[in-house]
Amino acid sequence: MRLLIIEDDRDAADYLVKAFREVGHVAEAAHDGEDGLARALDTPYDVLVVDRMLPKLDGLTVIGTLRAKGIETPALILSALGQVDDRVKGLRAGGDDYLPKPYSFSELLARIEVLARRRGARQEETELRVGNLHLDRLSHMVRRGEEEITLQPREFRLLEYLMQHAGQVVTRTMLLENVWDYHFDPQTNVIDVHISRLRSKIDKGFSQPLLHTIRGTGYMIRDGAR
Amino acid sequence: MTALGKLFRTTTFKLTLVYLTVFALFAAFLLGYFALNTRRLITEQITDTVNAEITGLSEQYRQGGIRRLVIVVDERARRPGSSLYLVTTFSGEALAGNVTALQPGTLDTPGWAESSYRRLDEAEDKDHPDHHALVRVFQLPGGFRMLVGRDLDERERLYHIVLDAGRWSVAIVIILGLAGGLFVTRRVLRRVDAMTETSRSIMAGDLGERLPVAGTGDELDRLAINLNLMLERIEALMHGLKEVSDNIAHDLKTPLTRLRNRTEQALRTASSEAEFRAALEGTIEESDGLIRTFNALLMIARAESGQARDDMVDFDAAEIANDVGELYEPLADQKGIVLTVDAGTPAPIKGNRELVSQALANLVDNAIKYAEPADRAAGVAPGEILVKAVNEGDRVLLIVADNGPGIPEADRARVLERFVRLEQSRSQPGSGLGLSLAAAVARLHGGELTLADNGPGLKGIIALPRGGPVQIAG
Repeated sequence: MRLLIIEDDRDAADYLVKAFREVGHVAEAAHDGEDGLARALDTPYDVLVVDRMLPKLDGLTVIGTLRAKGIETPALILSALGQVDDRVKGLRAGGDDYLPKPYSFSELLARIEVLARRRGARQEETELRVGNLHLDRLSHMVRRGEEEITLQPREFRLLEYLMQHAGQVVTRTMLLENVWDYHFDPQTNVIDVHISRLRSKIDKGFSQPLLHTIRGTGYMIRDGAR
Repeated sequence: MTALGKLFRTTTFKLTLVYLTVFALFAAFLLGYFALNTRRLITEQITDTVNAEITGLSEQYRQGGIRRLVIVVDERARRPGSSLYLVTTFSGEALAGNVTALQPGTLDTPGWAESSYRRLDEAEDKDHPDHHALVRVFQLPGGFRMLVGRDLDERERLYHIVLDAGRWSVAIVIILGLAGGLFVTRRVLRRVDAMTETSRSIMAGDLGERLPVAGTGDELDRLAINLNLMLERIEALMHGLKEVSDNIAHDLKTPLTRLRNRTEQALRTASSEAEFRAALEGTIEESDGLIRTFNALLMIARAESGQARDDMVDFDAAEIANDVGELYEPLADQKGIVLTVDAGTPAPIKGNRELVSQALANLVDNAIKYAEPADRAAGVAPGEILVKAVNEGDRVLLIVADNGPGIPEADRARVLERFVRLEQSRSQPGSGLGLSLAAAVARLHGGELTLADNGPGLKGIIALPRGGPVQIAG
């Protein structure tokens, strides 16, 4: 995956470039808005990581200009402001995701991987499948093998989100944002309990677990045979 | 600036001057008009009287000739307060009457004239040489001339009296007006000075001072009361700010110190990679906790500054109760606590959905933390938490009731403050900011968070006005 990091703090940018390279991505850094915009116009990147406050041209303007020119490269906004209205502003300007500083690298990585693959057709599929687990988005039916599984509406949405991003790490915050539409920190890790409930419904009694905990980061659903 | 100069510069005094000028002009106009009209009226009366007398006397002359006229005139002229009469031959020789010393030529032209005169029965007086009279000269058949007139002094006297009265009243209006204006101005100025004085000392840093309120309920009082409310708010904010910085200093320094100590110790003593790794993991965990605390503080600050008022939308508080209940139910269940939601009726409200959700989540989180888990062996019944959304008048109540240990009444107000955690709860994880954030969110919406006894347990109530925060009316 090819990434452009537009961040004026050189230490932070270098850290990110290095960290992304370590996990096998190609990352470059631009240190101001104009440079970032020029490079993003020039090179087809998979994802842009854009700091909000940048010299010369601020992050939202960079994204807005790209969108106006028809360039739809997914963009994740990093911001030190981290407030609800700030987030909304970022998304309105054409950002695809928003992460307040300070962030953990694993959170950023998980979000970037989801963004990079977002343009796949998964969103529109009516049936999601991971191993022998089936989820029908129209009839809201879930099956594991031949066995039908009954889920609460929220559990269904949780599973749906995980299956949409099968093979990708999703963090607790991503789940809280996308399944519950909350952008605050619920102090106690309520998500873990929801996951363990879901796990007991879809994995219990099967030799091959599908729902995995990724230590220190979040969760992933994947076919164990992979 | 001199005291008097300051007085003259005030709005009150300038207004007084304007009103005074208007009133004085009006009074002058009124009295002048009155004086002129009085004069005209008296003149008219005189004319009428003179005309009537001339008609009467002409009649006498027609009936009895000059002799009869002379007798009648003589007789009339002697009456006290009589009109002025003079009957002469065509050559001007007086036949009868009571006037003399008329202006020369008066008798030559018939008709109306004003003339000086002297009564025959009074001696020549050097001090008041002349009286004035309005006379009419009438030509009788046979060459006789008859003059009838009335004294004008009375009219002039009256006219002057009215004019004098006018001058005096205008003068008095001006004097009293100025005095009144000065008095009122000084009174207002004194109160404004007192306010200025107080605000100076407030600016100098004494936020506890309040503007004086006279208790008359007038506009200055209303202003002072509103300014005092504003000061109270500012003082509370300043107090809060001070407290926050104190608490930040205390509560952020503690984990920071711990962080530093741990890192230092790892550097000093760790020898294996596993040990270093463990130390680093502990460091990240500790810093995550710090970030969380910091975020909560920012959130509170933001809620208290009222910024979030811009994001207010209409939403259903009952839905929030259901959502939050649903979010926490598995966690409660895992701890052996029964969490029920009672929010069947929609409770529409205007507010910040995200913040209200978080406030309610914090209350539920708290309740789960402190509720007694079921312990069958010890015969403890399972803890119960009830989340409710209730419509009450023009408010919506979001209630979280538990049957845990509760909070002693004396401590209830204190736990809403930032970072306050009761001794018993020091062992529990948390930043100690949950309840203060909930309280700040309630205040942002113009509502309040109250903690009540649930007998046993605690009942947290977030009361929010249905229409969102209302501006304080002036």
